[in-house]
Amino acid sequence: MAVNVKELMKEKKSNRSLQTFTEKAAPAFFLVCSIVSILATIGIVLTLLIETITFFTRVPFMEFITGTTWWPFGENPSFGILPLISGTLLITVIAMIVAIPFGLASAIYLSEFASEKVRKVVKPILEILAGIPTIVYGFFALTFVTPLLQVFISDLPIFNALSAGGIVGVMIIPMIASLSEDAMSSVPNSMREGALAMGSTRLEVALKVVVPAALSGIISSFVLGISRAIGETMIVSVAAGSTPTLTLDVTESIQTMTGYIVQVVLGDASYGTTTYYSIYAVGMTLFLFTLLMNLLSQYISRRFKEDY
Amino acid sequence: MTNAPENKQVTITNTIEPDKEDKKTIYSIDNFNLWYGDNQALYDVQLDIPVNKVTAIIGPSGCGKSTFIKSLNRLVELVPSVKMSGSIKYNDKEIFSPKFKVEDLRTSVGMVFQNPNPFPKSIYENVVYGPKTHGIKKKKILDEIVEKSLKEAALWDEVKDRLNENAFGLSGGQQQRLCIARCLAIEPEVILMDEPTSALDPISTTRIEELVQELKKDYSIAIVTHNMQQAARISDRTAFFLNGEVIEYNDTDKLFSNPDDKRTEDYITGRFG
Amino acid sequence: MNLIDKQLVQNKMNNRIIKSRIMRTVFFLATSFGIAVLAVLLYRVFSQGLPYLDWQFLTNFASRFPEEAGIKAAIFGTLWVMAVTAPVSIVLGVGTAIYLEEYAKENKFTRFIRMNISNLAGVPSVVFGLLGLTVFVRLLEMGRSVMAGGLTMSLLIMPIIVVAAQEAIRSIPQNQYEASYAMGATKWQTVRRVILPAAIPGMLTGSILALSRAIGETAPLLTIGAMSFVAYVPGSIRDSFTVLPIQIYNWTGRPQEEFHIIASAGIIVLLVALILMNSIAVFIRNKFSKRY
Repeated sequence: MAVNVKELMKEKKSNRSLQTFTEKAAPAFFLVCSIVSILATIGIVLTLLIETITFFTRVPFMEFITGTTWWPFGENPSFGILPLISGTLLITVIAMIVAIPFGLASAIYLSEFASEKVRKVVKPILEILAGIPTIVYGFFALTFVTPLLQVFISDLPIFNALSAGGIVGVMIIPMIASLSEDAMSSVPNSMREGALAMGSTRLEVALKVVVPAALSGIISSFVLGISRAIGETMIVSVAAGSTPTLTLDVTESIQTMTGYIVQVVLGDASYGTTTYYSIYAVGMTLFLFTLLMNLLSQYISRRFKEDY
Repeated sequence: MTNAPENKQVTITNTIEPDKEDKKTIYSIDNFNLWYGDNQALYDVQLDIPVNKVTAIIGPSGCGKSTFIKSLNRLVELVPSVKMSGSIKYNDKEIFSPKFKVEDLRTSVGMVFQNPNPFPKSIYENVVYGPKTHGIKKKKILDEIVEKSLKEAALWDEVKDRLNENAFGLSGGQQQRLCIARCLAIEPEVILMDEPTSALDPISTTRIEELVQELKKDYSIAIVTHNMQQAARISDRTAFFLNGEVIEYNDTDKLFSNPDDKRTEDYITGRFG
Repeated sequence: MNLIDKQLVQNKMNNRIIKSRIMRTVFFLATSFGIAVLAVLLYRVFSQGLPYLDWQFLTNFASRFPEEAGIKAAIFGTLWVMAVTAPVSIVLGVGTAIYLEEYAKENKFTRFIRMNISNLAGVPSVVFGLLGLTVFVRLLEMGRSVMAGGLTMSLLIMPIIVVAAQEAIRSIPQNQYEASYAMGATKWQTVRRVILPAAIPGMLTGSILALSRAIGETAPLLTIGAMSFVAYVPGSIRDSFTVLPIQIYNWTGRPQEEFHIIASAGIIVLLVALILMNSIAVFIRNKFSKRY
């Protein structure tokens, strides 16, 4: 019965060529996979860049960044992006006014006050909130929140910045809550115990010890939230309207950069028109804004990372 | 670390008379140095590991004994910053030579680790992992290997009816014997053991020690242990490591009863460590 | 001499404790806000859409008449797009994660890939749509097809899968590698026979969550020009298509109340699908977690 394993293994060793091949081919294949991610970035940048350059051969760069009228249709088009930027920022500001207090308060509650039982219930609910498709939020903003607001603000138009921005904020709450809570949970317990032992209340520990210690993580979650608000598309194209207006009035109908892109692709602007190219110039602006925010957030969390 | 008066307790428990003429070595280590980044962990290690004997490596925590045993199958190279110099010869072949494939070295040198580390697979699949890796696919042969290895590891009777159950369902001691069976399945010449009983209860420890005595008939064994009684009970030769250096390397009974070096004596009498 | 006036401290203490209790309630109410919005949203959608939800709604094509409109094309369109997205994004994402965790050397190139992936995750989805429109639809001449939509979605969710797969690989203890290498297994044998099997539950969980994100995405597919009025089921990956979120968007945008009601019904179907996928992901995570 004796099986000679060693002999058998030696035999198999002689035909190892396939194995040597896979040994080398596997990492090569995985490298190619990870290069696709780089290609995607290059593709995004090149796509935006090339079409944007074409756009700027037709519309002067200065007119684009300083113009206060965005009217891409009809006889006399005008491509000043400031109204789209102001619309985007208006939505972002409203969203952050909702998301930062509620998000941060939720994070403080979950990390510093809530019992394990409460946490186990609340966290999955926040996850569900984070997983709801933005089109559903858009529907909700348009068909529920706006009519509700119209009860209080009688002349509120159907499409307005307030309702869209508010719901964008609700969408961002779970993100800020969970990232900030992660930052606060990583503050070591010894710091809390030190403060509690001197007679601090829970609140003082939370606000004077934990929040300052986790500040870099908290701020970087805010910045990521801003980036999300800037890039949010469906809520604003459903509920904020499509009238590019240079305004700070939250009750007006406005248009964001993302909303404009959707409007044009739906309107089937024919290939080669200035309007067609304009979506790339707007997309480029959008991309730069969000890239800046993402890099800023990474910088904050890395540069000011507390080492315990 | 134990404080028992080692030097009195030592009696030769191995049944085979040490054969002074048989100097055949399986490993000869010469002038071996090792660094983790800038920290030197081993200094000029020089020792020979004999065939079909149990060689124990003792010393306080952090003395480099685990690093040393993991150098013998080049597993230490999993740490990215590691640098080495000197020579380790296995069967007169330099193990760091590019001609000697690391996979071949590790095929003939088995290893058992500090904590049992079965794969999250069935008992059967754990044992055949090695043979399958080396191209043995026939079910009939694999079945035989499983039975033979598990019997050698003294685990067969306990698991023969549940070979397809997950290995994580076994007790710690059984898992460790499964890991030994897994290592025996590819019929190595040498078995390296890195504190194989430190995570086990006393009864499982005894079983593993008995097993080591059994296995040395067919295999050469190097065992790292922080338990000096264990070294005294099961080994033929013992090397004492301190701060990355081999302080003394001797026959086990000699080292424990009449050490040459003062530091060895201090250690085995429990003055430090 | 007492530097600290005990009486004063005592007086202030009561205020501090009351303040702490009040703020605790405030924080709790703030946390409840998100939950309340979710509850209102779900109540609103279900109370409005549930009566309309029937077999006919699931099996009818889109229609000008709300009472005849259904989501058959959208359901099949979503399935078709996922049939492209799932394999492409999982292979790319898992492949990248294996490369980064197992093979990549710590050098500038590797750091660049890492940074690139985390930035890619932050690019707005509508920008991915522009990429898809230019590269897949026009440059590679795929047209407004299932293929173009599926590939666009793959790139969008790939970074999420990469991160999840990396975490799954990292959670495997070092001793599993040691056990395999110590038996003379090569790197690839170790990856294929030890690391991948052990990481698959984590990778699966991450992939399902990423796909559930893709199912709910509207903007990129709108941008590449997926149609909103489709009265057929795609027959191949070259056919044009619509998906559930686009159908919902289309109905939401109409002024008539009836279309809002069927949008609600569509949202119910979408949410049920997402909750189902999430439950599967959570189930896998719980079943296989803490094995070592």
